[in-house]
Amino acid sequence: MIGMLKNSCEVILKELKHWMTPEKVKTSIRTFPSSAEIVPEPLGVVLVISAWNYPLLLSLDPVVGAIAAGNAVVLKPSEIAPATSSLLAKLIEKYMDPSFVRVVEGEVDETTALLQQKWDKIFYTVIAGLLGNGRVGRIMMTAAAKHLTPVVLELGGKSPVVVDSNINLKVATRRIIYGKWGLNNGQACISPDYVNALKTELEECYGKNPMESEDLSRIVSSNHFARLSRFLNDDKVSGKIVYGGEKDEKKLRIAPTILLDVPRDSLIMGEEIFGPLLPIITVNKLEESLDLIISGEKPLAAYVFTTDKKFKEQFVKNVSSGGLLVNDTTLHLVVDTLPFGGVGESGMGAYHGKFSFDAFTHKKAVLYRSFAGDSSLRYPPYTDTKKRLMKAVVGGRILGIIRALLGQS
Amino acid sequence: MKSLCLGPFLAASAPVSSRAFGSHLTRKCFHKPVHFHSRSVVFSSISCSATLSVSPEIEEKHIFDGEKANLLVRELRKSFDSGRTKSYDWRVSQLEAIIKMLEEREKDIIEALYKDLAKPQFEAFISEVSQAKSSCSEALKELKHWMKPEKVSTSITTFPSSAEIVPEPLGVVLVISTWNFPFLLSMDPVIGAISAGNTVVLKPSEIAPATSSLLATLTEQYLDNSAIRVVEGAVPETTALLEQKWDKILYTGSARVGRIVLAAAAKHLTPVILELGGKCPAVVESDVNLQVTARRIIAGKWACNSGQACISIDYIITRKEFAPKLISALKEELEQFFGKDPLESKDMSRIVSLNQFARLVKLLDEDKVSDKIVLGGQRDEKKLRISPTIILDVPEDALVMQDEIFGPILPIITVDNIEDCYSIIKSRPKPLAAYLFTNNEQLKKDYVDKISSGGMLINDAVIHVATNGLPFGGVEESGMGCYHGKFSFDSFSHRKSVLYRSFDADSSIRYPPYTPQKGKLLKALISGNIVQTILALLGWS
Repeated sequence: MIGMLKNSCEVILKELKHWMTPEKVKTSIRTFPSSAEIVPEPLGVVLVISAWNYPLLLSLDPVVGAIAAGNAVVLKPSEIAPATSSLLAKLIEKYMDPSFVRVVEGEVDETTALLQQKWDKIFYTVIAGLLGNGRVGRIMMTAAAKHLTPVVLELGGKSPVVVDSNINLKVATRRIIYGKWGLNNGQACISPDYVNALKTELEECYGKNPMESEDLSRIVSSNHFARLSRFLNDDKVSGKIVYGGEKDEKKLRIAPTILLDVPRDSLIMGEEIFGPLLPIITVNKLEESLDLIISGEKPLAAYVFTTDKKFKEQFVKNVSSGGLLVNDTTLHLVVDTLPFGGVGESGMGAYHGKFSFDAFTHKKAVLYRSFAGDSSLRYPPYTDTKKRLMKAVVGGRILGIIRALLGQS
Repeated sequence: MKSLCLGPFLAASAPVSSRAFGSHLTRKCFHKPVHFHSRSVVFSSISCSATLSVSPEIEEKHIFDGEKANLLVRELRKSFDSGRTKSYDWRVSQLEAIIKMLEEREKDIIEALYKDLAKPQFEAFISEVSQAKSSCSEALKELKHWMKPEKVSTSITTFPSSAEIVPEPLGVVLVISTWNFPFLLSMDPVIGAISAGNTVVLKPSEIAPATSSLLATLTEQYLDNSAIRVVEGAVPETTALLEQKWDKILYTGSARVGRIVLAAAAKHLTPVILELGGKCPAVVESDVNLQVTARRIIAGKWACNSGQACISIDYIITRKEFAPKLISALKEELEQFFGKDPLESKDMSRIVSLNQFARLVKLLDEDKVSDKIVLGGQRDEKKLRISPTIILDVPEDALVMQDEIFGPILPIITVDNIEDCYSIIKSRPKPLAAYLFTNNEQLKKDYVDKISSGGMLINDAVIHVATNGLPFGGVEESGMGCYHGKFSFDSFSHRKSVLYRSFDADSSIRYPPYTPQKGKLLKALISGNIVQTILALLGWS
């Protein structure tokens, strides 16, 4: 994650001059003679509210974008990752210009106080919690509405993985495992949420006793531990656990767990899981998986493993999600030429790479004219001749223009 | 199909002429014209103490409430889910239908605009019909190109892979339009929504009832009704629509209502484009071609819907010693354009409603202002006309310097140094447009650099929005998001990131168990550093 952040900065440093240059655009005959450009300018003072699952990355990545665009920034890290929050406050004070970049630590009260102010943009990464990130996203956007503040909302959703049968199974399952448990033990907003799949290779990755494995993150808090336990304790899913299921409340650990064919109306299928539990839904025909996904809310990411070209095309065409990855999971977020953001319930706006710069920029349209070539055609009094001529000019028909000039059309 | 549509008669607003029923209605009567899924016009009145002699076309009472709005959205969502609007062919068919509509019904459109605003034919054609046609033509020409996924480069970190950004429609969108350019500001966003493959509901402004009614009729006649619909009405209808879940909303109007729209959208996490307004300043240096400048100022104020435009020049800042020259040039050109009695001129729009008229008169009659009038000030309440009026050096706290004027009153503020303009402009919210008239290159550079606004135009006014390559939108209080040209397509699209990988070359370094060697190699790969990668592979770094 630190590597990703460093890469982000390096890309920005390399490209910034280019991004800051106004972009020349073509003008039409309507404004001839003229020249036009789009001038990127900073919005002003922006607020970044970060999340706890990748507390460093999700704090600094947007902050870096805001700074690149020339804004002053206030960062509010998540209190659910207190060590990182405190470290961020110290490091930013030490390394950055405090008249432009500040950190405000705290919880609900501090966040509320910040949200009452007028910002030029607010960037929220909201995490599934007891409220559900859709609810929190709504609360945030409503607060921003009072000041007409535009927002970027990075939410989440149930990221589905569809697995076809004609694939390299070993590679596919390794990639699914990585995308699910390798990324913060399922506590990533884009990790595969439910999979139409066959088998896994979990043991190879985490050994026979995954609860003891050092390569697996713990659950961030007892609140979230309780939330995840609720999914497992749901009557509808008992008996569906085919792998794992062990929990350790003291260490806040849950083993990689797979559930097979849980009912659609079970708790675990109702909201974003955000934990190491992986439901597998089986279907008779692969196309049914498309219906299943489309019937749900648009997720932040969708994945498909297949070598069938036609199904691949169908999937890309019909599944709407923030991002989509074919034959792998989660990797698309390191491609900074791709915008990272949601759609519908999974969020609005995007960032990464130049999209970060753009997210914190106002693109001001500028048209330059000279005093030469001022046609009286534009101005009142509006005579019939003027009308005819103007019609011909905007129609771009040279013949029409000539005819009008000669008083013929 | 004949359509009869009455605008709502609310308190002291909209005394639209030539309404046969007008004199029969009491002030407490609310009419809600509805064009919803019916072949004939219906309207309902909630509380009406007059007996109406209504035409036989009115059959039943329909109130467009939350339930109806919900049904409408569900119907359009079903249409969208069928996939029809996603196809290139469907989009083209609708855009072509719009062009046909603009060509065949130009006369009706111009007539409606005249009814609503006394908009001169010329202005109506250039600023509304022609603009809409140009938007549509561009969309038709470029659509194939816009719809194509955009390939992007990938790095060694994800090798081997290929990536692209795929534009897709959002779904069901809502366009809430306004009254000053009622045709263009309805059709332009709708054109954008259609070109991006969405289904769309348009809610035109009830304050321009003739255009609203015409839009409803034309949409029903020319466009695919299973995907594109018009809902007429006022606050209750708009509220009912705003309670629904949309995939995007584009609102054109005031900042006050903009906040309401945004708050309503927040309930459904609906992204929004807000096209609002602001006090658009024009700074005039003394080194200009005076005649051309005066003409263009007039074009950007009084010849632009009588100043009732979100981008018309709101106020002017100029040097103290230059002001008299500017005023005299404006006087001269104004007479050229509108004659000696501008209240009688056919080449200027009227004020849209009694409400707006009263508001503007109040601005002029304020004590601090009434003695600063250097030109104009005449008014005709019956005709809803105010003559081109210039006021000189009104105090900063005068009402006319607070909110957007949106009318034919032009304050001129004088300064000693032209650089004083920056503090004046920056003390106000960022406007939708800012203008500068000068030949001084350094001043141009400084102005573009220092002033933030939605858009900017040097040495002219208003026409920058006719450049399709430029985004049209505000910043801060003047709005969020933008459209026009490809920006329309993008605004109504979701740009989905897609990364393609194969099963080849699957390196185990990504996966647990995480060893120190894996860590080093991963670091090198992520930084895209080939040398480091090789070193790590060889176990050297």
